[in-house]
Amino acid sequence: MSLYSAETRRLTKRRFTKLFLLGVTLILAAVAVGMFFTNQKLGPDQIASAQAQAQQDYERSLEQFGRDLADCRAAQGTDRADRWPPNCEGMVEPTREDFQAQWYMPATFDFRETFPSMVTTLAALLALVAFIVGASFVGAEWSSGGMMNLLLWRPQRLRVLGTKLAALLVFFTALTVVFSAVWTGLFHLIAQARGSTAGMTSGAWQSIALMELRGLVLVIVAGAVGFGLASLGRHTAMALGVTIGALIVFQFGLGTVLELAGVKFAEAYLIPIWMIAWMDKEVKIEDSNSCDFSSAAGGCQPDALTLTWPMAGAILAGVFVLVVVASMWTMRSRDVT
Amino acid sequence: MTAVLEIAGLQKTYRSRKGVRKALDGFDMTVEAGQVHGFLGPNGSGKTTTLRTLLGLIRPNGGRMAILGREVPESLPEVAGLVGAIVESPQFFGNFTAHDTLSLLADAGGVRKERVVAVLELVGLRDRSKDRVKTYSLGMKQRLAVASALLKEPKLLILDEPANGLDPGGIREMRSLMRNLAESGMTVVLSSHILGEIQLICDSVTIISAGRRVAAGSVSDVLASHTSSTVRVSLEPGVDMRTAIELLRANGAQVTAEHDHFTVGNAGNPAQITRILAEREIYVSELTPVSADLESVFLELTGTAPVEGQNRQVDQTAAASPAPASGGWGQ
Repeated sequence: MSLYSAETRRLTKRRFTKLFLLGVTLILAAVAVGMFFTNQKLGPDQIASAQAQAQQDYERSLEQFGRDLADCRAAQGTDRADRWPPNCEGMVEPTREDFQAQWYMPATFDFRETFPSMVTTLAALLALVAFIVGASFVGAEWSSGGMMNLLLWRPQRLRVLGTKLAALLVFFTALTVVFSAVWTGLFHLIAQARGSTAGMTSGAWQSIALMELRGLVLVIVAGAVGFGLASLGRHTAMALGVTIGALIVFQFGLGTVLELAGVKFAEAYLIPIWMIAWMDKEVKIEDSNSCDFSSAAGGCQPDALTLTWPMAGAILAGVFVLVVVASMWTMRSRDVT
Repeated sequence: MTAVLEIAGLQKTYRSRKGVRKALDGFDMTVEAGQVHGFLGPNGSGKTTTLRTLLGLIRPNGGRMAILGREVPESLPEVAGLVGAIVESPQFFGNFTAHDTLSLLADAGGVRKERVVAVLELVGLRDRSKDRVKTYSLGMKQRLAVASALLKEPKLLILDEPANGLDPGGIREMRSLMRNLAESGMTVVLSSHILGEIQLICDSVTIISAGRRVAAGSVSDVLASHTSSTVRVSLEPGVDMRTAIELLRANGAQVTAEHDHFTVGNAGNPAQITRILAEREIYVSELTPVSADLESVFLELTGTAPVEGQNRQVDQTAAASPAPASGGWGQ
């Protein structure tokens, strides 16, 4: 327990941790402030204004149509006729439905509809911070010689590395839970002031809670992977290098190659789509090069592949286990020189 | 006396694409309780590998090690609390203060918080303990390293080059600290290249070369077993030194002329010098045996004495213990 509390203290004392937490807090605050000021609550005034605007645009459009139709008819039989459809057929008169008041409404924050994307934003930012702080937490220890010092005090390699990882993951779990609670509360207030909280049934709340739980898992895996990669390379740069390499190779290189090769569902080989599948429960990708004419809807229906959260979860678990086990194994077997 | 540290037949081999290198080749070492023990060896001889292996940082390929009577590395977790160590240059996380660094180590090792202030005072860092370690000089980091090793009130203290980077005052303080610690019952193993220091403060030494022990024992025994048969000879003022030198050389002596005296390197029987010179009515005013110091013994045993016109490479050291100087001209 003393080792665990020492490692927690070491993590929270680090300037790197403090700076990144401050940074992510400022970014999140900026997002919240931005959402507050770019949305507004819909009341009778806003509805009336939108209706008036829609009506005004409809009338303007109708007038324009009348003028165009008159010009067209006047041009028939002259050399200007080719500027208009033959016999002015096909000129469609605007209808009232083309100018719906809802399209003129100001942006409003519908909690049930919009908050899930805010949960993804929070999870992505915290996962990034967990990855970098996790990598630096153990990487800096290795490169500064602190790890060797610690092993002289506690010559139990697996216990030392395991305790460090546990301290990191518990810290980020607590941090994510607190941030998620504050984030939810904050956007609920924003929705009340600048939008709507309608439709928030217990099922909707449960869905948000489960999404935040998946966000927590994402943060934990990112932290553990950053930690594990830096421990494998015994340097923070190892984790960052592998990540940049993976981004270049997988996202740009592999993406381009698969695209050129015309591979079906090429997106499924890329990381972000799996992250979206994990957070949004499922994501459907379509193969635009194929057509299925047997559908009841008729016409060309492209082949589709649905990636679900259990599939994405299995990949996350696999990466987590692979990196953590490899880092533990090398910690146990490699000399500390 | 009981052995606090025992190493027997320790082996460590590094394999790489360039081949196999034996860093430790059956190395032996014993340190008795309450001693200040010097651990000497040229660069690349296996000193740090030995210490790292002993402290569980490197896995040996063979041999046996015991600390305070417990086999290591198996029992290292149990004895680690009784061993304070610094290995190679002091390494700390630069953004933490000295106080934070020691406080975190104390937490990790279950050591009382009061010890932090006590050891900072002991190594002279009390007034700078709230500064970040990255602002420290090498000597200050060295002091901090010693403080970290002393934090858990160890029974065995292992210090790798503790005087590295220290100013003359610091070296003297370190010497007196070592002695005080030994007097308080602590066993100190000291690895250093400052052989004069080792000779001054160590009770016993082990000399390693090419991964093997080439000498061990009390400092006086090691020096005695390698005492040179060189004598310093001075003549009466006004006597022609050149004649005396030629006379002795004609009788097989290895003579080196100095400004106002000469030395005879193979004087197994110094009386022969006085007899030969007295026969030609040349009288000796001084005839003193030149005693060996640890540095000359070290250079001789490890084969690392500089040779004019040659650039010695790091791995060019003596592996086997040469026979101590004995016999010589005149016997």
